[in-house]
Amino acid sequence: MNSRFASSAAALGAFGLALATSPAALQAAPLKVGMITTLSGAGAGLGVDARDAFALALKRADNPEVTLIVEDDAQKPELAVQIADKMIQSDGVDVLTGIIWSNLAMAVAPNAVDQGIFYLSVNAGPSALAGANCHENYFNVAYQNDNFHEAMGQYAARTYANTLIMAPNYPAGLDALTGFKRYYTGELAGEIHTQVGQSDYAAEIAQIRASGADSVFFFLPGGMGIAFLKQYAQSGVEIPLIGPGFSFSQDVLPAVGDAALGVRNSASWAPDLDNEASRAFVEAFKAEYGRLPSIYAAQAWDTANLLLSAQAKADVKDPEAFRAALKEADFASVRGKFGFNTNNHPIQDIYVREVVKLDDGTLTNRIVETAFTDHGDAYAEACKLP
Amino acid sequence: MSGISPLSFALLLEQLLNGLQLGVMLFLMAAGLTLIFGVMGVINLAHGSLYMIGAFACAAVAAATGSYWLGLGAALAAAAAAGALIEATILRRLYGRDHLEQVLATFALILIISEGTRWIFGGFPLFLDVPPLLQGAAPLPGGGAYPVYRLAIIGVGAAAALGLHLLISRTRLGMRIRAGESDREMIGALGVEIGRLYTLVFALGAALAGLAGGMIGALQSVQVGMGEPMLILAFVVIVIGGIGSIWGALVGAVLVGVVDTMGRFLLPKAFALAWPPSEASAMGAAVASLLIYLLMAVILALRPQGLFGAASR
Repeated sequence: MNSRFASSAAALGAFGLALATSPAALQAAPLKVGMITTLSGAGAGLGVDARDAFALALKRADNPEVTLIVEDDAQKPELAVQIADKMIQSDGVDVLTGIIWSNLAMAVAPNAVDQGIFYLSVNAGPSALAGANCHENYFNVAYQNDNFHEAMGQYAARTYANTLIMAPNYPAGLDALTGFKRYYTGELAGEIHTQVGQSDYAAEIAQIRASGADSVFFFLPGGMGIAFLKQYAQSGVEIPLIGPGFSFSQDVLPAVGDAALGVRNSASWAPDLDNEASRAFVEAFKAEYGRLPSIYAAQAWDTANLLLSAQAKADVKDPEAFRAALKEADFASVRGKFGFNTNNHPIQDIYVREVVKLDDGTLTNRIVETAFTDHGDAYAEACKLP
Repeated sequence: MSGISPLSFALLLEQLLNGLQLGVMLFLMAAGLTLIFGVMGVINLAHGSLYMIGAFACAAVAAATGSYWLGLGAALAAAAAAGALIEATILRRLYGRDHLEQVLATFALILIISEGTRWIFGGFPLFLDVPPLLQGAAPLPGGGAYPVYRLAIIGVGAAAALGLHLLISRTRLGMRIRAGESDREMIGALGVEIGRLYTLVFALGAALAGLAGGMIGALQSVQVGMGEPMLILAFVVIVIGGIGSIWGALVGAVLVGVVDTMGRFLLPKAFALAWPPSEASAMGAAVASLLIYLLMAVILALRPQGLFGAASR
């Protein structure tokens, strides 16, 4: 009874505070968020970062109306579907989020939004959900899959003449290669498709060695990238590597070590991005978890803040109003500027980053140039949202 | 033309070595699996877990002591100890039962060991560096190069194969193993302490799996569930080679390793003769992942007992 009294007292206090500060908060209604993400296996680093940043953003907002439940999908589509069903049917969540991998997002998101649930993507942005099959309840706060790769294609077109490209054979991997080729104008020295979850890249490295390429573009997120980079460093092949930010993300760098120094990669954010929201985020994340946040953490942080901004304006039980509140994207993004395109995917700047070593020995990325300004995606035209 | 690099001698040699290296890893797995089946008649699904135990022991001890070699020793010891423990406490009760019950019990062991490892080490993968002695690449004839560490794996695998051959053909223990394979009841009647022999054989098979796990840890990330893909391939190997035959495990492992590597490498090139490079690459990758199962199906159709299996089994 005591705790109930305490919480209603706190709510009363918050109510008084809300009256004094923001009339919008008056409408704030309960919101239940279900986060399905990868917390075990080779892809765990990505999901752990996303979960930690999302939870931290909610913790700092200290909004008792927003509750979060988290479950591990172990990077398995069938498990993600089971968890989503459970969260929708027995936990009664209003919003689903958290999925890292595009094949899992394809298995969960379309079904969820068809049931009237909102889906906010912290990472996966398969092309199939950005074009004709876009949905009014599906918001991607990260990117459309092609985006970072498009930036690297543009960079490679300026820098190299004969690039070999490699990605796993799954939706995000194919989007990666498509995105790269959309902006790359040089010769392709080869195109290699690997398997999702592959752990030995000896056969691919042999082909790279023999390819005569002047650069290698590879998209291998999480443990796949770690395995490839470790094996590449031992192989004696000297061809320079480039890739999207995922291949050289904060979760990959400690395991790879100095072998990654100087490598160029692309992303919408880096820890040194100069704006107030980004500085506050990096500081809060470091203070809470004792490590630098990755791009996955940044995207999840933004997702949580977007959700909080919409919750302050509208009740999720009124989908029309909640949708409009999300679409406004009225939150302080760590990316500086952030807006939604007609297909509910981001319009944002994309940068070329470089792996550097800080004075304390930590490897991280810093921004060296802007590849795209206010960049949308190639599929938005096919999306017929009002 | 883009998408097709020339098939040089150096590239072929490197891919052959890659196939051989994969084959050697598979042999270390399959040898234990086939030995345990041959002597005790047990199908041990938990063999992949012993491989994982080896990798985790190696990574944990190497991280704590800074020495890869101590880690490798710990991998062998931990896997052998886990194997002996499993045999003495669980499998011993299942020798008389049929294979379905053995499969059920050892499958439960996979789940228990995986969750136990997750409980101890967490969901994050561990990392292990190649020891300084074996870093870098060695030149190959034809202008290529090959990682020293992978050459070392091939060497260790070859030594293990030779050692196993000598053990089985030249020693008293080997004699008992062979006797156990051909007539379990008779060697018991002749006064050989069969319980101890079984524990020893199981620990030996487990140690080989642990050795494989410890060595692979420096190339890949060490994580829960890493053993199951290897277990599936190891079963393909012993089915191809003939269940119970060490010689069959060796030939089967090298065959699977080379066919898998060459398939992944050559099929996209072959498809590229008829289709555009990017489609050819996707199709090639898809078909290549089926190739060893096709190989298994063909061999089973022609020789149901496997290449070196005894026809009577």
